[in-house]
Amino acid sequence: MVTFQFVPYQDMEELSPAKRVNKLLNIVKEDKIIIMEGRLKKQEEADLIEITMEEISPKFKGIELSVIYPDKSKLEGFQKFKGTMASLLLGDRQGLTIIGPASIVKKIEKNPDKIELFTKDNGSRRKRR
Amino acid sequence: MVKAFLKGLFKRFSFNLLNKRNHVKLGLYGPPNGGKSTIANRICQDWLGQEMSTVSHIAHETREINIKEQVSIKNKKGKQLTFSLVDTPGIATKIDYEEFIRKGLTKTEAKKRAKEATKGVIDAIKWLDNMDSVVVVLDATKDPYSQVNITIIGNLQARNIPVLIAANKTDLKKASIETVKAAFPQYPVIGMSAKYGKNVEDFYEQLFKLVK
Repeated sequence: MVTFQFVPYQDMEELSPAKRVNKLLNIVKEDKIIIMEGRLKKQEEADLIEITMEEISPKFKGIELSVIYPDKSKLEGFQKFKGTMASLLLGDRQGLTIIGPASIVKKIEKNPDKIELFTKDNGSRRKRR
Repeated sequence: MVKAFLKGLFKRFSFNLLNKRNHVKLGLYGPPNGGKSTIANRICQDWLGQEMSTVSHIAHETREINIKEQVSIKNKKGKQLTFSLVDTPGIATKIDYEEFIRKGLTKTEAKKRAKEATKGVIDAIKWLDNMDSVVVVLDATKDPYSQVNITIIGNLQARNIPVLIAANKTDLKKASIETVKAAFPQYPVIGMSAKYGKNVEDFYEQLFKLVK
């Protein structure tokens, strides 16, 4: 059985960058797959990788991470303007971040409008977006 | 807090100033087994007549930052460019010692390699701040949309570090430079095979544009 945990943006926005990263990592270490509303800042993504590396052990082998968000380069005219406004208003709230333990999630493929998550048991596709 | 911020800013500014005065640091970054060390060796072989790093088909062969000081290259017009070449460990989000066992290492060797590899990833990330220009080395046969690639490039962009993407391993049939270009349209992408020296002349020309 695979457990998904939804993390809404408001649970993260008040936290410091270090606390955000630790919160996510603690959930993943409970063998849950996170679906987080929004995305981390680039520096926080790097911090997440760094802290993950510090935590690696024979039991915890790391994480699989993927972020999906609207590709503004494909938008034109008024749509592009709306996309820019949405980015200004929503900031990091836009998009979706998926983080799973490497012991369960084999890989997450982004192509780039859909996400495919392969689990380790049988390599089958569990989720398609 | 303000004091700490100003201290950090001053330290960084003075460090960068000294850096510029001495020489430019050109970093090779990317996921494991993309060919960073093969490119480092190609540059050093071509211009210094010596190799810089060991390479292996087993991932995480480079587990420490390797620096080759005073690498000077020349372009067709005779212009010279001197930099310190920094070969970094591959950045990954997971490291499983059992994969090293499957590649033929003993359990003890595999655990040691995994431990060193985790430290290598941390060091590579910490060294981002020291770079003046970076070549992101990607295996052109693999999916370029991996989050590690996006995170590396995003962090370089956030630091205003100029980036060149080397789509390596173009000698392989599965390689697709176009896929890499489509994934990162805002960056220059050069297709090459560091192993066989394919398109390295163009790569060197691109380095002159990257390192200013």
